[in-house]
Amino acid sequence: MSGAAGPGPGPPAGPGRSPLPCAPRPAAALQLGGGAEPARPGVAVIDLRFPRGAAADVQEIVFRNFYTAFLSVRVQRPGPTGSRRWVTCLRDYCLMPCPHTEEGSQDYFSLRRHQMLCDMDQVTAVRFILRQPSPVWLHFTIEELQIFPPGQKSPQKDFPSWLSQLTPPEQPASLHGVGSVGTIAIVPGSPGGTSHPATPLPEPRAIQPIRAISAPQHRAHFFQELPDPEKVSTEVQQMWVLTEVIRARQAAARIGRFDVDGCYDINLLSYT
Amino acid sequence: MLDPDSGLSLTIARIVQRLKGSSLHSQLERQARVSLHKPEIKLESLKEDIKDFLKTSGWEKKLQNAVYSELNVFPSPCHPAAPPEHMKEPLAYMRKAQGSWEKRILKSLNSMCTELSIPLAQKRPVNEQKELLNKWNEMGTDEPDLSLFRPVYAPKDFLEVLMNLRNPNYENGEQPSFRSHLGLIQVPLKVKDIPELKEDFSELGLNIGQLGIDDSAQVPPEFFENEHVRVGQKVLAEQDSAAAQQYVRQGCPTALRADLWALILNISNQPEDILYYEQLKSNVIQHDLLVDSLIYKDVKLTASNDDYYFVFEDYLYQVLLCFSRDTSVLEHFTYSSATPPKSYIRGKLGMEEYAVFYPPNGVIPFHGFSMYVAPLCFLYHEPSKLYQIFREMYVRFFFRLHSISSHPSGIVSLCLLFETLLQTHLPQLFYHLREIGAQPLRISFKWMVRAFSGYLATDQLLLLWDRILGYNSLEILAVLAAAVFAFRAVNLMEVTSLAAAEAVLADLSTLKVMPLLQIFLFATVT
Repeated sequence: MSGAAGPGPGPPAGPGRSPLPCAPRPAAALQLGGGAEPARPGVAVIDLRFPRGAAADVQEIVFRNFYTAFLSVRVQRPGPTGSRRWVTCLRDYCLMPCPHTEEGSQDYFSLRRHQMLCDMDQVTAVRFILRQPSPVWLHFTIEELQIFPPGQKSPQKDFPSWLSQLTPPEQPASLHGVGSVGTIAIVPGSPGGTSHPATPLPEPRAIQPIRAISAPQHRAHFFQELPDPEKVSTEVQQMWVLTEVIRARQAAARIGRFDVDGCYDINLLSYT
Repeated sequence: MLDPDSGLSLTIARIVQRLKGSSLHSQLERQARVSLHKPEIKLESLKEDIKDFLKTSGWEKKLQNAVYSELNVFPSPCHPAAPPEHMKEPLAYMRKAQGSWEKRILKSLNSMCTELSIPLAQKRPVNEQKELLNKWNEMGTDEPDLSLFRPVYAPKDFLEVLMNLRNPNYENGEQPSFRSHLGLIQVPLKVKDIPELKEDFSELGLNIGQLGIDDSAQVPPEFFENEHVRVGQKVLAEQDSAAAQQYVRQGCPTALRADLWALILNISNQPEDILYYEQLKSNVIQHDLLVDSLIYKDVKLTASNDDYYFVFEDYLYQVLLCFSRDTSVLEHFTYSSATPPKSYIRGKLGMEEYAVFYPPNGVIPFHGFSMYVAPLCFLYHEPSKLYQIFREMYVRFFFRLHSISSHPSGIVSLCLLFETLLQTHLPQLFYHLREIGAQPLRISFKWMVRAFSGYLATDQLLLLWDRILGYNSLEILAVLAAAVFAFRAVNLMEVTSLAAAEAVLADLSTLKVMPLLQIFLFATVT
């Protein structure tokens, strides 16, 4: 379950990433002691603990801002002596460059491990200190808080497959040994990019020599009239490569049809 | 937000994906394949040799221009956790306001339909198709009865909506305090002040030559004009979009303007583009849309009555009718806060496979829409090229002038920028106008919504649009509006009513745009 510190559902986790379960308490504004009516101090705190006192390593914190200007983050983790202590890992991170105006007020932010001042291992609790010095805003908080542990790489699906192919050099018809028949780099995965704007750039996979599905050497001697199995498998692989290329080459250009089967008779507009 | 590395790779991935299916991609491949026959391409260094060949033959430059165009048009990628509506408009209350405004427009269009008993779209009967095809080049001679049609909305209706825009999380108290705005716009968007504008528009400075100032009759052309024209010809020879964009910040020589704008907007008028335009033309002939009558009415009311633009009436129909059928315009809705109106084929209400957008390009024209096209008719005479230039200008700039968004070039930010500039630098004038009930934005709104088209003389307007292209931003419209008020401040201080203030500012056709901008930005004592 993803933590939500305010109204609104949490966003879906990215492919292959699941947030750590946690239960943040809603933002509590700091109060000056002894005040009769509640003032608006401009500072609020969100405390977040992992269930059952578990400790976790933190890779990334993702949230949506709601009119918070500056954010500080403290984590509770075991110190050098072994006992748990609070350490500041982010100090006065600016979310809204100009706190009186809307810039950055409802944007999504990521805080990564390498931006933090301290180590983010074995964290038992996280405290977010929100500051909004401008008095023009009625409420401020952060929402859709999600904490991600390290080590989850998004699996390589949904990238457009591209292939670099060199035609394999003509091998002499050696039926001895199962040599590699040229090098063809194949990038597995479903081809054809979706129109998702956040498709990551595909990393070229290691070039793997494709071994021919060849018969063992001794059998080839007996079946010399049959086509060379290595040659056939190369051609089959080339054809497969070509079909992959064509499938990946889905044109992004639209065809431009706005009608449905030649018919574009419309009476009224729909409101939904 | 996004740290620079992941932001960069997301941008690269997006641009690669967008360019992959384009005709440029297949042309590059064809060129690469053709180059294999050349002797200098060797098998051992195939990749490098082909790259060098593409560089020397100018194809790499075309690719660079395409990438630059994509970077200019699309905003930087959002955080991966952000939903698509966040890219359209990050602020929730603005999305809501845009949604209600669109609903009002839909209701208005639907009620017009039911009153006049005309369907929104229908197939044209064959004899009508033939007739339209015959008089395609002279549609202006048609005099259909448009008296029952009325524009869906006018800029002043839109201004009323913007005035009522409120952030529910902002303290909009009843008493005026430091947090309430004195102008009409009450949302706290970030706008630039004059020091920031000076830095952004540094090429308009006093010590830098400008067309519109330093090419006047009194200045010998050797000082600036000749050299500037020479540089412009060189930029055109190099065919470099980014260099052209930098160049036009100082203005375009008239002879080079058409080509330079096409270079900046990356329009090359290939055979497939001409074919695409012909396809749109056939769509116009086949289907009759209610929106066509709205376009006719708008052209007859605005451009045909204008001394400069009435000669281009036929061109305007040819461009705007095709524009309504162009589904490629739907792509701009990913980064616009607006949503295209939806409808269903007659008799198939609610069935998703019969859901269509109406009009096919998703843009409902309003009163004055044809004025976006009219100035371009001075530059381009071939209908398909004129069409492409207009379409590109619309999906880059003009759509921001009639949708509610927090973008710095959106109309809300422009209005706030205008009011803030006026209030900060001409406080007496601002106070006086406010006291007599003539809020300055009521007068300048219509100028900004139309990007000053129809209000300035054409040569001045084109100099202004040079800078819009050069800086890839519409903020210059707000600065010019404030500069016009500053120029006529003395007369405005003496008026006592809104009508009198409108009269002082009714005729802008004698104004020279560049001196006004330069004085307001760089020569006013702050």
